[in-house]
Amino acid sequence: MQRNALARLSDVAQSTLPFLARVAHAATRAKDELRLRLLGEDFEERVRSLQRRYTTLGGDPFGFDPETARQAAMVVAVFHRLYFRTEVFGIEHVPPGRALLIANHSGQIPIDAAIIGSAMFYDARPPRVTRAMVEKWTATLPFVSAFFSRVGQVVGLQENAMRLLEMGELVLAFPEGMRAISKPFAQRYQLEPFGHGFMRLALRTQTPIVPVAVIGAEEQYLSFGNIEWAARALGLPAFPLVPQLLLPGGAMPLPTKYRIYFGEPMRFYGDADDDDSVIGDKVWLVQQTINDLLRRGLRDRRGVFL
Amino acid sequence: MNGDALVAETELGPVVVTGICGRLGRDLSRALHRKRKVIGVDRRAFVDPPGDVEHHQMDIRSSKARDVFRHGVSAVVHLGVMHDPHESSIEHHDFNVVGLQKVLEYVDAYKIPKLLLLSSANVYGPRPDNPQLIREDAPLLGAGPFSDIRDLVELDMLVNAFFWRNPSTDTVILRPAHILGTVKNAPSNYLRLDVVPTLLGFDPMMQVVHQRDVVGAIELGLRPGVRGIFNIGGPEPLPLSKAISLLGRRVVSVPHSLAKAAVKNLFRFRLTSFPAPELDFIRYVCMVDDSKAKAELGYAPAHGLEATLRAVDEERWVA
Repeated sequence: MQRNALARLSDVAQSTLPFLARVAHAATRAKDELRLRLLGEDFEERVRSLQRRYTTLGGDPFGFDPETARQAAMVVAVFHRLYFRTEVFGIEHVPPGRALLIANHSGQIPIDAAIIGSAMFYDARPPRVTRAMVEKWTATLPFVSAFFSRVGQVVGLQENAMRLLEMGELVLAFPEGMRAISKPFAQRYQLEPFGHGFMRLALRTQTPIVPVAVIGAEEQYLSFGNIEWAARALGLPAFPLVPQLLLPGGAMPLPTKYRIYFGEPMRFYGDADDDDSVIGDKVWLVQQTINDLLRRGLRDRRGVFL
Repeated sequence: MNGDALVAETELGPVVVTGICGRLGRDLSRALHRKRKVIGVDRRAFVDPPGDVEHHQMDIRSSKARDVFRHGVSAVVHLGVMHDPHESSIEHHDFNVVGLQKVLEYVDAYKIPKLLLLSSANVYGPRPDNPQLIREDAPLLGAGPFSDIRDLVELDMLVNAFFWRNPSTDTVILRPAHILGTVKNAPSNYLRLDVVPTLLGFDPMMQVVHQRDVVGAIELGLRPGVRGIFNIGGPEPLPLSKAISLLGRRVVSVPHSLAKAAVKNLFRFRLTSFPAPELDFIRYVCMVDDSKAKAELGYAPAHGLEATLRAVDEERWVA
């Protein structure tokens, strides 16, 4: 009896196993294809080239860890390629060696920084690590502080930016600051006044500035306003009113289409300790360039989600 | 050639080392005693000193201590800074500040040409908005939350003022990062724990330096003509978690609020020697830029990262 049952089992196994094997094979192939589509053929080579860079630099005092960055890059790739379907324009303008990326800030949470970083990793040739200047406040947050440091984000201080530029790094700064990221929907794509720190930094270190315009982030969360007293009470930098958070799955940003425009590098000369009005004129030029890139991008796009 | 002869001559004068009986002091006396006369001043007894070290077991504040400095001393290394969080803060403060005042008084009175204070990078303090690598001219903000570091900041400032007031003395302040080795300081004790507590979600970059590299830096600082403040870093910085895993310790991660409450109570009942505010050292970054020491002192750490970390286990079986 038992032998009979075993024999039947073996029959079933013989007929289904090849089928399962085929399914498994197809699944692996689909996975490989997805991986290829998401990460590109030379993903590992890109990671290795970053590793080589930091090994020759003798480690990174800011705590960049290529292995953590590799994993983070794989996650961000899903957003970069599938979710936001980022289109990147003019990335070849980013010069090799040290440079300052100056971008508009938007989207309630700094996904724009992640996507710029992702573009510099996946679409730039050779890949670069983007060292974003982050709010000091994030250094007090558990997990966030450790993660930011491992993926190359740096607390936004002049000293830190100087050191990075001296190392030949690519520094990303949002001179509008936190004000801009928590803008309500009605003020989308309107630039807040730029801070002057980045220009002094560029003058002091003779660093080219690459203006960057990010389109698509403004529509990812629809904010109706910023409740300042709540932010103050909770010790947060902002407390945006985002009704979509109440819907199931509303915590995810809307799948808008991201477009990132890199402008031609701008070089400035002069005294870094000059009067605010002199620096302000130069800052204004950068701000106008980013504004132009934004207008061009908004004119060219067919829709928020297309 | 001439310069070298001059250097050799002044380098040979006797050196007074306060707090010589600590691990670092003993290492320093071993490094120096063959080259020049070493005179120790410490309240503690010097166990097993090198034969030619002259040790005076006395409180630096006592009037007898004056005699030690009176004749022909060519350098003073002040290591005698007490950092025992369980000692009453009044005694602590008195020993540290009055002790240093005496040293400064003697250096001034007997025209001793060299004074070296071993301060610490802790005087800058771990803060969320610290620059990743702090330069010597940064403000000393370490005292904010930590009453124990307040002493050290005060000493650093006193010697700083002395530097400007007494140009005839070459005053040197060294601010090393976390010193690791057989020393019984907080970072070494922390890394010697079998189960190392860390703060959940925090993993700051750390700078560690081998105690013998600090001794080497002190020797460099004692050379004639060297003056000023020098940060002393070690091998390349690394994340705290990596330091712990390189030593093969187990880790238990505790949320900050919980850890703070726990450490506060443990400390009160003397079950730990870490005061609660020191948790910030495993939360925020406090690293120094030692390019000045590298350029002007010729300082270069001889011990690599692995060796520096392993140094905490060197005498483990003794304790």
